[in-house]
Amino acid sequence: MKQLKRAAGIIWMVLGPVAVFFLIRTAANEIITKPSADTWVQWGVFVLIFLPIAFGLSLFGYYAYKGEYDKEV
Amino acid sequence: MKKEQGIWKVITASSLGTLIEWYDFYIFGSLATVIAGQFFPKTNPTAALLSTLATFAAGFIVRPFGALVFGRLGDIVGRKYTFLLTLVLMGGSTFAIGLVPSYESIGFAAPIIVLLLRLLQGLALGGEYGGAATYVAEHAPAHRRGYFTSWIQTTATLGLFVSLGVILLTRHSLDADKQISIAKFNDWGWRIPFLLSIVLVIVSIYIRLKMQESPLFSKLKSEGKTSANPLKESFGNKTNLKMVLLALFGATMGQGVVWYTGQFYAQSFLENVCKIDFDQSRTILIWAIVFGTPFFVFFGHWSDKIGRKWIMLAGMLLAVLTYRPLFKELVVLSDTAQKTEQTSLAKKIATLMPVPGTGDSVRVIKQTQFFTDGLTLHTSTKDTLYADAAKKTIKPLVTVSKEVGDGIYWKMVGIVFLMIVYVTMVYGPIAAFLVELFPTRIRYTSMSLPYHIGNGVFGGLTPFIATLLTTIYTGNQLAGLMYPIMVAGICLVIGILYLSNKKTIH
Repeated sequence: MKQLKRAAGIIWMVLGPVAVFFLIRTAANEIITKPSADTWVQWGVFVLIFLPIAFGLSLFGYYAYKGEYDKEV
Repeated sequence: MKKEQGIWKVITASSLGTLIEWYDFYIFGSLATVIAGQFFPKTNPTAALLSTLATFAAGFIVRPFGALVFGRLGDIVGRKYTFLLTLVLMGGSTFAIGLVPSYESIGFAAPIIVLLLRLLQGLALGGEYGGAATYVAEHAPAHRRGYFTSWIQTTATLGLFVSLGVILLTRHSLDADKQISIAKFNDWGWRIPFLLSIVLVIVSIYIRLKMQESPLFSKLKSEGKTSANPLKESFGNKTNLKMVLLALFGATMGQGVVWYTGQFYAQSFLENVCKIDFDQSRTILIWAIVFGTPFFVFFGHWSDKIGRKWIMLAGMLLAVLTYRPLFKELVVLSDTAQKTEQTSLAKKIATLMPVPGTGDSVRVIKQTQFFTDGLTLHTSTKDTLYADAAKKTIKPLVTVSKEVGDGIYWKMVGIVFLMIVYVTMVYGPIAAFLVELFPTRIRYTSMSLPYHIGNGVFGGLTPFIATLLTTIYTGNQLAGLMYPIMVAGICLVIGILYLSNKKTIH
């Protein structure tokens, strides 16, 4: 189980930047398709709020990979 | 026995206030279209921009920020006064929204004031829940925390229930004629649900003022062991930070999407995809909530016996596995292509309204079709007949609304009820779960942030992302479900791997 927890940590670490990539790509597409201040604000808010969350997911993965969650918590 | 009576007073005081806060927050969302007409006219781009800010900033930025601000205050000053402050802030802002003159009367000041008040609402909501959950949990005996905090968990759903009920009642009671009543509601009657809030808030403040500070916090304070810097201790200390991350990605993220899918997306799906009439789509949700709400207490109580983890994760698993078939069934139930029409009963009325000075006319065709299972389909087609025969309306405006018969109605209630039961599984035990994850000295701060990111950000985005997905995958009515299924699925895997079913008693 400990090995599995650590190995899955790599997935969570990678998932953070992958999510950010898709988010920024979608935001850019939406802004290009509908270039209004409204769209900028919406997607600006999303990117702003999701960047730290994605960082948190990668950090969570790093901790898992390092065995910080090996013990039952 | 006296102790048991005491805890019920604590639960009543906390739950009533939290219910009112949810009610306040929801009426703005439920009346968004009416409010937009009053304060944020689409013809003015700046006003429309303020409207977008009111919608997105209040839910996604200000709520987590409120969790930090009031969480910190609650861990330093105390739970009682902090969640009293959030209640005053929420009630005051809601009441004030009901008083703001329209854009027509005072121009740009109107949307700006409404935006500021909406941001205050978001801030207050961010601080309220953590305080109420912590306050109740710290009064409850450790082995019954799930049961006692589950009463707090009912408030978010009941707040939605009360807001829907008040809106429907007000909408239909302003005049004997239904259409005139709705017109009056859209004009000025929408203010009533906002103004009503102040009465509820005053009662709740009165009750809360009489309550004592949480015994665990009072003990910490008397021993001088409260945290001097809860934010630093919560998020700057690795031992605690990894618990915050686990709470978010292994529990609240999945809980948020299941919660919003069952309580908001289901109703929006009924109204916008299945085209069920305004009132019916809301009363279906109301009944589902009525039947589903006791399950919050059931699962909260059960989690005291078997642990929190597997109940919450079972709710997520059921959501992942059954959302598609359940929503598909809603589509099938409302699909007129699979029904037999009673053609002899069909009605069609066409009206022509001349456009002055042009020779053109606006034509409205209202068609009503009846089906053998009791479904009534109303179709309204609006186009322009031009005096110049060469000109034609390119795309007539077609609106469709369906009123379903009793059989389908109750089947739909049953389906939404199942989704509400999933909500009760993921949400019923979560307050106790979060409280037990963190030590008393930084509990308010530590639990509030993952809760509001999970519920407010991941959950709050559900309707938006689901709608966005349906515009990308236009041929697939169920495309919107990809988001909640994926998020709940990831959360489920993280929860299975890393969460413990053991209780940590701090």
